[in-house]
Amino acid sequence: MSSTTTNKRSHAADKPAKQVHSDRVKAERRLGWYLAGPAFVVMLAVTLYPILQAFVESLFSLRLTAPDQSEFIWFANYITVLTDVVWWRDLGVTLLITVITVTVELVLGFALALVMHKAIKSLRGLLRTAILVPYGIITVVSAYAWFYAFDINSGYINSWFSWLPFISPDLNWFADTWTALFVIMASEIWKTTPFISLLLLAGLAQVPGELTEAAEVDGATWWERMRRVVIPNMKAAIMVAVLFRALDAFRIFDNVFIMTNGEQGTEVLSLLAYRTSITRLEIGLGSAISVLLFICVLLIAFAAIKLFKVDLSGTTGDK
Amino acid sequence: MSTQIGKGPRAHSRGRRLAATIGSLVISATLLTGCGPERSAPTLTWYINPDAGGQAELAKRCTEAANGDYFIETSLLPRDAAAQREQLARRLAAGDNSLDIMSIDPPFIPELSLFLEPVPEDVAERTTENTLEGALAGAMWQDELVTVPFWANTQILWYRESVAEAANLDMSQPVTWDQIMEAAENQNKDLGVQGGAAESMTVWVNALIESAGGEILRNPGAPADQLELGLTSEAGRETARIIGTIGDKGLGGPGLATSNENDSLTGFQTDDGSFMVNYPFVWPALNAAVEAGTLEQSVLDDVGWALYPRVSEDQPTAPPLGGINLGVGAESDHPELAYDAIECIVQPEYQTYYFLTNGNPPSNSEAYEDPRIEEEFPMASTIRESLELAAPRPQTEYYNEISSGIQQEWSPPASVEPNVTPEESEEFILAVLRGEKLL
Repeated sequence: MSSTTTNKRSHAADKPAKQVHSDRVKAERRLGWYLAGPAFVVMLAVTLYPILQAFVESLFSLRLTAPDQSEFIWFANYITVLTDVVWWRDLGVTLLITVITVTVELVLGFALALVMHKAIKSLRGLLRTAILVPYGIITVVSAYAWFYAFDINSGYINSWFSWLPFISPDLNWFADTWTALFVIMASEIWKTTPFISLLLLAGLAQVPGELTEAAEVDGATWWERMRRVVIPNMKAAIMVAVLFRALDAFRIFDNVFIMTNGEQGTEVLSLLAYRTSITRLEIGLGSAISVLLFICVLLIAFAAIKLFKVDLSGTTGDK
Repeated sequence: MSTQIGKGPRAHSRGRRLAATIGSLVISATLLTGCGPERSAPTLTWYINPDAGGQAELAKRCTEAANGDYFIETSLLPRDAAAQREQLARRLAAGDNSLDIMSIDPPFIPELSLFLEPVPEDVAERTTENTLEGALAGAMWQDELVTVPFWANTQILWYRESVAEAANLDMSQPVTWDQIMEAAENQNKDLGVQGGAAESMTVWVNALIESAGGEILRNPGAPADQLELGLTSEAGRETARIIGTIGDKGLGGPGLATSNENDSLTGFQTDDGSFMVNYPFVWPALNAAVEAGTLEQSVLDDVGWALYPRVSEDQPTAPPLGGINLGVGAESDHPELAYDAIECIVQPEYQTYYFLTNGNPPSNSEAYEDPRIEEEFPMASTIRESLELAAPRPQTEYYNEISSGIQQEWSPPASVEPNVTPEESEEFILAVLRGEKLL
């Protein structure tokens, strides 16, 4: 869309020559608005309005069960949140989960994408379906499955893996920060690696076959072909996959909510916002946390797009 | 739009098909709304906590008894007590007029009382005539009855007779926490206590501190920034000593840090089971397990019960109090009918029925007189006595903050230290109440 607009403006000088083209552009733009307009209005209603309302409410001391005691307090809620160790601890946990899960998912996802790419035709459909199964499972359901597998009372992991030196029948996975985070992250990785592998598969398909063949003829090893030819040519797909997953991972909620409810130092920012707004019914304070969480997500997106130059249209070939 | 874009006959037929689909949807929706019995009388919605179907049956019986004056429909709340509170609070604050009757957990009553229709005096008189003391206390807020007691829950001490015998404990006499801790330690058994960071942790702390002669909250009803806590008292430190010792010595088993009532019951049924504080649901659950063949009859025969343990020999026990009270939403369109229905629901005969079929003990002492109760629940007299002694959890609009603060600071039990935890938790909760800290 933006490219057509720029195109139109840069050629504004020689109007008569481009008259016919300009009409077409206008018609396209109009059609674009007709098609996207209703969705755009709905988007505004369901995203912009709540965001603005959350911002306004974050400036109040407002408790749902004491509406009469509401008081305008400027940015005091933000000060309370940002000066509290809980916010920074939760931010740290959230970032840790984001970095570890996205890194592992990227490596595993790339391996799976290669397997899917190279698989012989007869196996391709079956393989893709099998790899996609975890992604098709509702997160709450998979979170419960992982929880019950590791739970000290009902789980089977302790007895199946008791031959490992660090696993004993009495290991309570959810009673310690690191073991609990391990299960949460493992579940998250198992569930979303298929998504990243699909995005990377699309990127792999875009790498021209002639390039890899030429490299092979020149005597490049498998590793050199990957490092010098394949990965640089699918950088756009990798960055888009990382951005999407990073934004998603940063908003992690279900797995933590089901497995530990944030106990043992496993609380993440989404859960903190939920517990403040929904459990404590402190709408003002909770809105402030939500607004800060939103700003964090914006920062990640900004950093990815501006600093790492993620080209969101790269994978679609719309350059 | 369709005339501009689609021009061929196919587009026209597609348009007709769409119109036909919409038309048939509208017609079937209209017909469906017309289905079902004609109801001229008002329908009362009763928001119930999940149970074994008892409340739905009572709704049916009371609808029949109303002779067409009203219909009672039930609507299910979430399983978790805290989630029930969240849904009720949000609906009440939003002025939802469908909240005719609500099943409310006692600790949340002060917070929700602002949105409740006052209990008419005559209804209050009739429904609380024989209510057990603990249950009545839980239904009040600022010396007024704001809900009607329905059923009352309490924890008692369940024990394995073989373990008590080996420890030479006379279970016909009150026992102390130190005695059962020593017995479990000496015989290398696990105590059934709930050490997970959940509501059950506050239940435990409250029962211990009340049994030690203290209280969590000193001035119920005070504004948030003026609340005074009693965690740092001698009773608070004694509470921390007991919980900390159980955690430290591993007396609660390896799952203590995350255990809830069901986990305790699971552990109690194993060879490591010894003593367990838990609700009466334990009895039907154990019997069902024997019937299902998952538990030996000999284990059931080995089970005994007594009052909740004391903290010290010379002070009476103050067991936990739970249960459900019935409230009416202030925005209800039919508050009088709702209270009529509540009077029907809480009648002693129905409380007896509810206990026998769903295992939830009556709040009315008269309901215990039915001989079937003693047959089905041999520990009914212990439960009744426990309900007389039971102490409610802190009554305040800010209960959630206090409870969540305790859960965070007192769990896992192994981290509890008598000289540190009471001070830290009190300081933390007060800062949260003043709005200076996140929870």
